[in-house]
Formats: sequence, structure tokens, C-alpha cells
Amino acid sequence: MAEPKTKYDRQLRIWGEQGQAALEKASVCLLNCGPTGSETLKNLVLGGIGSITVVDGSKVDVGDLGNNFMVDESSVGESKAKCVCTFLQELNAAVKARFIDEYPEKLIEMKPSFFSEFTLVVATQLPERSMVNLDRICRDANVMLVFARSYGLTGVVRLSVKEHTVIESKPDHFLDDLRLNNPWLELKRFSESIDMNVPDPVAHKHIPYVVILIKMAEEWAKSHNGSLPSTREEKKEFKDLLKSKMIGLDEDNYKEAVDASFKLFAPRGINSNLRQILDDNCAEVDSRSSDFWVLVAALKEFIFNEGGGEAPVEGSIPDMTSSTEHYVSLQKIYQAKAEADILVMELRVRNILKKIGRDPDSISKMTIKSFCKNARKLTVCRYRLVGEEFSSPSLPELQKYLTDEDYSMAVGFYILLRAVDRFAANLNSFPGQFDGEMDEDVSRLKSITVGLLTELGCNSSILTEDLINEMCRFGAAELHAVAAFIGGIASQEVIKLITKQFVPICGTFIFNGIDHKSQILCL
Amino acid sequence: MHTDIEIVEAEQTSIDCTMADSTANSRTRDLDKLLLRPGHLIGPNFEPGPELRDDLQEYAKVLVIGAGGLGCELLKDLALSGFKNLEVIDMDRIEITNLNRQFLFRLEDVGKPKAEVAAKRVMERVSGVNIVPHFCRIEDKDLDFYSDFNIIALGLDSVEARSYINSVACSFLEYDSEDKPREETIKPMVDGGTEGFKGHARVIIPGVTPCFECTIWLFPPQVKFPLCTLAETPRTAAHCIEYAHLIKWDEVHNGKAFDPDNPEHMQWVYTEALKRAELFGIPGVTYSLTQGVVKNIIPAIASTNAIISAACTLETLKIASGCSKTLSNYMSYNGVEGVHVKVTEFVRDKDCLVCGSGVLIELDASVTLKKFINLLEDHPNLHLSKASVTHQGKNLYMQAPPVLEEMTRSNLTRPLFDLMGQVARDTVHVTGMMSKNDKKMSGLRKLRVVFKGVDGVADMDSAGSA
Repeated sequence: MAEPKTKYDRQLRIWGEQGQAALEKASVCLLNCGPTGSETLKNLVLGGIGSITVVDGSKVDVGDLGNNFMVDESSVGESKAKCVCTFLQELNAAVKARFIDEYPEKLIEMKPSFFSEFTLVVATQLPERSMVNLDRICRDANVMLVFARSYGLTGVVRLSVKEHTVIESKPDHFLDDLRLNNPWLELKRFSESIDMNVPDPVAHKHIPYVVILIKMAEEWAKSHNGSLPSTREEKKEFKDLLKSKMIGLDEDNYKEAVDASFKLFAPRGINSNLRQILDDNCAEVDSRSSDFWVLVAALKEFIFNEGGGEAPVEGSIPDMTSSTEHYVSLQKIYQAKAEADILVMELRVRNILKKIGRDPDSISKMTIKSFCKNARKLTVCRYRLVGEEFSSPSLPELQKYLTDEDYSMAVGFYILLRAVDRFAANLNSFPGQFDGEMDEDVSRLKSITVGLLTELGCNSSILTEDLINEMCRFGAAELHAVAAFIGGIASQEVIKLITKQFVPICGTFIFNGIDHKSQILCL
Repeated sequence: MHTDIEIVEAEQTSIDCTMADSTANSRTRDLDKLLLRPGHLIGPNFEPGPELRDDLQEYAKVLVIGAGGLGCELLKDLALSGFKNLEVIDMDRIEITNLNRQFLFRLEDVGKPKAEVAAKRVMERVSGVNIVPHFCRIEDKDLDFYSDFNIIALGLDSVEARSYINSVACSFLEYDSEDKPREETIKPMVDGGTEGFKGHARVIIPGVTPCFECTIWLFPPQVKFPLCTLAETPRTAAHCIEYAHLIKWDEVHNGKAFDPDNPEHMQWVYTEALKRAELFGIPGVTYSLTQGVVKNIIPAIASTNAIISAACTLETLKIASGCSKTLSNYMSYNGVEGVHVKVTEFVRDKDCLVCGSGVLIELDASVTLKKFINLLEDHPNLHLSKASVTHQGKNLYMQAPPVLEEMTRSNLTRPLFDLMGQVARDTVHVTGMMSKNDKKMSGLRKLRVVFKGVDGVADMDSAGSA
């Protein structure tokens, strides 16, 4: 048996040992194992999810062989849940796989307590009524929920969790935390210790840009009443000043200083996203507050006191042209400041915990450390119940999407996916599901759609005939390629929710398989 | 695998809407909706009907390049999207680190050729599909092999390989007298790529949409650390690792090549990197990072590969059938923060050497094949050395294999004009080594050869006469 660590190497480089451990502890329930559900689970089983439970009451028929890789000829007539489960188990022996040969709708109606044992439920191909009911059940039981559905060339992924908080959001691009416009004493002293007019050209071209910018900012401030460059002209003047200090054309450190000068011009203090989190009602903590909000409460105190308006220093610096000695010294200065900030934060966290009647040691030092390092990137996602969204979507947003060319097709599909469920609830089949009734179905779907839009208070003439016709043509087909796409997105979001890393979709993802202009709608 | 759940039998309610139409009980139940019915948002030339579905199964031939993370998904997706004639080419063998995403492979398959195992597994599960595996390099196949396919799907992880296949597909392209691409010579490609939570899918219709080379700037060359940084001013863990890997190894092992797949070699680099890091007070050298830096490991997960392959397959189906509009022409995907899908319509590079009408070469009728080959090496736009030359599918000179070299060697001293059947102008294909940004890579170019003084073409503008 090979080391599991080796097998997971390529993903450990993304979500680390901690993320992997969270996955291996999680239990996921899948409702309906057509291609959309099967493909979702396949991606999770490969990644080493703890356990899966496949729920589906249907038998495999010949049609399933054309769109689902997890059933084959020998499965026809057998329980679909059993066949899919058997194949998934083959993919990864470390995963505990089981199945339940039952229709999800029945479980939702008759045995809601069934769902409370899971970390997360993936519900695929459910009609609106079952979605609404399941959502309430999972919300009450505090179980995370992901809806996924493929329908012809469109599809949808929607998450539902009361609140999902992320410490390690790991954004692609984020401003380095260098404090160039607000250096603390040790950083200032270090900068002062370096002579910018050193005659040795080798030494001159190895002064790190952090030092160059801090020194030049100070020089600038002296002649500008203590303020930094703010207008376009001033910024240009400052960059020219930097260039004038170069003594050779090959001085990469000065080029880096010019390129990085925007980091100096950035405003002091915290960003608006963090401000919003600090101002959240949940930041007023009591004994029922989650660890995350206790940490936010401590952060708030830190920023208003020791931080002087700033969050704890992150403690890492990007690579830059420098002598080894200067670079390592700088690294140590940032690290030392980060550690000092962590200590202060720790004290505050322990005090708050005591105040709200919890064990002061109930939040680990490691968590506090990670929280401080990521303080500027915290993320909070909250999801409405789908029932609420369906009965009262945000009207201004809806109007905006309907009139925005980039969104028109996506919002069209969003409305039509609801309309086909109404159609099916009334007529016991989806529009275009049977050959031969296309023309009637098109006009029926059209009037249902018009009714739905009017109910929502929207201009009903806004949806194009073409899209309604296409929706009928799709006839509720579950195409494998679309299912693989939707299943891919669904599994990715499950991973984000379980590892508590990265930022999940905050809204409804609508797949547009016609021109690939897929969108997220926040209603 | 057993359930102890007791479910109270519910009263028979309305028909279960999640079940599909049971009357259309055929393998193509879902696909038929798209292929048999007329649509409103469709591609040009869409002719719905059972014939379209059957033709797709019978005649459409798709080549999948790569049987890795994308390739495995592509084969499954294509097999379940109406395609029955597939071939796959991959030179690699299965490794343990593939198993977190390359779902057609099992632990006991480690060491076996990817193409063979992948083809076998898909054929086992999807009856009626035929997949021919090719366990070899893409350069090992000749033009005839590639010309046989209707569409090429690329599941690759290197710029060089994409560039090579692109030049092959574009080499078939011919333009008519009005400089419009001849439809029957267009070899469409779909290309996918992933890195962690990010990826892209694109459609390349040579002569119509930009080819890989038109937008080569989308793939900037990998940044290498300057040697003087490694040797004199290391600052990061990666600098220490590359010092051990690129400088120290050669100093110590006089002449023995470093093998990244040899664990002892990797361990040696790691230990040396650690020593250097300690010497300079640099934190962060780990074994995992050492492997990552030395092998340039790109993180990869199942979900992104599934998403990108699915998009590529959908586009393949659309190109082959016209059942919907095609992606125009580049989709970038980012799942780090929510999901961002962006479609960009890139434009062709009018002067592209690869998908354009071909580099014009003006020659005297007396120029021998040998002189022609030498000329390609010095050509300012080509820089093509060790060229092999084919004309209308006929090998004029082949550098390898030795049998062919010997067979064609005598042509070298003959005039190219005679070898090409004494026509005034025609296209020849040349393959060889091209140098680009100080890097050698194999490539293929299409050349329009015009002979001076024949058929009154002396007044043609000469883009590359010697």
C-alpha cells in the first residue's frame, strides 16, 4: 500500500494537511445518483472524502447507460444507488461508501431526521418543492447543503448554509502587508541604519526596495508637511525622485521600488471588507458565539488599541532584490512584529473567552496565529433559504440582471429552471420531455414563465422566445458533459465548505452551455 | 454496504418528476433531445435528425492528446457524448501522484502506459465505443496520422506540446484564391488546461479563430532565477533548492546527470538545500517544496479537470454537430473566489507563421533540396535546423529513422523544382528543430514555394527569398 500522502501530493499543495484532514473526517450524503450526482461524488472520492452515502430509489435503465459512466450493461434493472456506490468504492479504498435504495423525496417527507448525521448533503436533480423542504431540514439540523442540477445545456449550483466563515480565503492577488506608509519603530530604525549613498555599487544595488521606499517616503514627508504623495502629479514626482537615486542602469532594486510605490500610496488602516465584518452584529459576542466571532471581537479590540487602526502584521514579505543579509534581517523584523501582535491578540482572545464564560484555552494558539496572519482576508458568507429567495428575490438585483446583456441569458435560465418545475408540478412531465407535444409545451411554458415573472413584479416581455424554445428542446435531458461540468463545480464547492478554505459561491451559479457566459446571481 | 433505514411507505403521490421519459428507453435518450430536435440558438449547418446522431457515431473521429488529468475525463466525456471512434496518444506511464484525479487508473496500474489503461477502462464501461491507444510521443506520428481525425482535443500541460500539435493541425490548412480558408482543410482543435482551481478551455478553428501561436503571449515563459542570485544572494528557500539542483549537483557529481525521478537524487538536493539555507539563515526548505521546485510541479485537483474537460467536450460536440453555438473563442475559469467564468474573443494574428497562408519562399528552379534545407536554417523567420521535407504527402527528405534517411538521401542533390513535379508553386511541409527564446523545440512549418522565372511569377513579392 502506497503512502496516502504521496497519492494526494498534488492536492496537498493546495489545501494542505489540515484541509485534507477535514475532508477525511467529513461524511457526505448524495441525493439522486444520475450523472450530475455521480460525477460530483467521483471528484470527492478521488480526493479522499471520509464517507459517502448514495441515496436513489430508481433502477438503472438503458437510457442511463448513455449518460452515466458509473453504470454499465450489467447494471440494467439493478438499484442505481448500489451500482454507483460500487463503482465509487473502486476508486478509493480509503473512503467508506454505502447506499440507500430509496427516493430522496420520500426521505425528505417522511424521515427528515435522516439528514442530521451528515456533514454535508449534495442534492441533485431535485424539483423546487423538495429543494425548499430539504433546505429547511438541513438549516435546522445545521447540515451544509449543496444543490446541483443539470438541465439540457444549462444547470445550476446553489449552496445553502446559515453562515460560513473563512479564515484561510487564500486569494490569488492581495496587497503585501508591508506597512510602508506606517512603519513601526524597529522597521524605521532598520531603514535608518542603511546608507542609500553607499559608494560601493554592489551594495547600492542590493538595498531592498522596502528600505528605499520607507526612506524616501520620510524624505518626502519632511518637505510636504508630513504627508505622502497623493495626487497623480505627486506620485509621478515621487517616482522620478526614486529614479534620480539610481547610480547604474542595472539596479533592479530601484526598478522594483518604482513598481511597488503604489504599495506606499495605499491608504492606511483596514479595508472595507474587514470593516464590514468588524461592524457585524455577531462581533458582539456571548457564550453562544462561534470561535470565529470571538476572534473577530478580539481583532476589533486590537485594531482600536495596540494596532493603532491596523490589523496584526502578516509577517511574511515577498522576494525582492537584496543582499541575503538585508533580506533575512527584514524578514526577521516582520516576523518579530507578527509574533508580538499574535501575543497581544492571544491575551485579548483569552480575556474575552473568560468574560463570556468559556474556557480561556478553548481556542488554540495555532488558530489564533492563523487568524492573525489572515486577518485582512477574512470572509463571511451567509445564504438565504432557497424558499425565501424563490418567494421574494431581491427585485432590484433581478431587474438589473434582466436588463444587463452579460446576464440576460443566465437570468433567463434561472427563471426558466423555476418555470419548468411549475410546469412539471401541474402537468406531471417536463416541457419537451415527450416527443410530439413540442408546440403545445412551448406555449404552456411561455404562459407559466410570464405568470412567474409577473408574480415577481418583473416585466414579463423580457425573456426571449428563443430561450423558451431551447428550454423545451432540452426536455429535461441530463447530458453527460453538462453533468460533468455541474458536478465539477459542485464538488469544488463542497471542498471549499468542508476545508473552510477559499471562498465559496455566494449566490446562485447558472451554467450557460450555449456560449459559456455563465454567471453568479445574488438574489 | 447495507442500510438499516426503515422508510414508511408513502402513499402513491404524483408521478416522480426526476425520472426521465421511460418511453424513450434508448442509450441516446438524453443526447437525442439535442441532436434530433430543431433549435433556436444553434450553429450554422445544424441538420437535426437521427442521421446526424448516427453519422456522429459512425464517421466522426476524435483524437485525444494526453491521457492525464484532462485526457481521462475527455475520453469518458466524449464516449458519453455520442462519439464512438476515439484515439488517444500519451507517452507517460501511470504514477502514484496521478491517482487523486486520473480516475481511470488504480493503484495496481502504476507503471503501465496511461494511454493503454485509459482506453481499456473506458471501453469496458461504455459499450460500442472504440478507443485506439498510442503509447508514444506526439512527434513520433506522421502527418497522415493526424490528418485522419475530424477534431483534435488537447489535454496537455506543456506549451511546447500544444505548440507542436497546433502547428500540425494548421499545416493542413489551405487558402483559396481570395485568401479564405478552404473549409475541407480546416482541422478544428479544442484545448484545455488547468492549474489548481484555475483553468481554460478554448476552441481553435485554424484560419477562422486565432491559433495557439497567434496568442502565444497568453503563456508567458516560466521565470527562471538568475544564476548570480542563486550563487551569491540567495533569499528564499527556492533559491537554496535551485542552487543545490543547478549548481552544486554538477560541481560534485562530475558529469552524472541529475534525475528528478530518482529519490536518492532528490534527497541529495534536499539535504544540500537545507545546508545552504541554514548557512544563510533562510527558513522554509522542505522535501515537498524541493520536489515542487525541481520538478516544477503544478498542483492539480479532480474538480477543475472535470470542469475544463466537460467544457472542451461540449465544444467538440457542437463543432461536430452544430447543435448549439460554439464558444467564441476562449473561456477562462477561476474557482478560487466563488466561480468566475470569462469568455474572451481573441483575434487572429494576420501575420501568424503557423495559421497564415504559409511563409513564402522564392527560389531559382535550380536550387537543390540540400541547399533548400540549409536555407531554412538561416531564414530570419524560421530558424529551422535539421529539416525533413514532405510534398503532397511524399517524403522528399527525412532525417530519421535511418531507413527513411537512406531511402531519401539521394534526393538531396536533385533540384527541388524537379522533386516537386516541376510546378510553378506549391506548398511543402517541413519539420525540424526550431529555436525560440534560446530554447530548441521541434516544430512544423508550412511553406509556399514559388519558383522564379517559371509561369511568369517573377513579380511576386518575396517575403523570404534567400
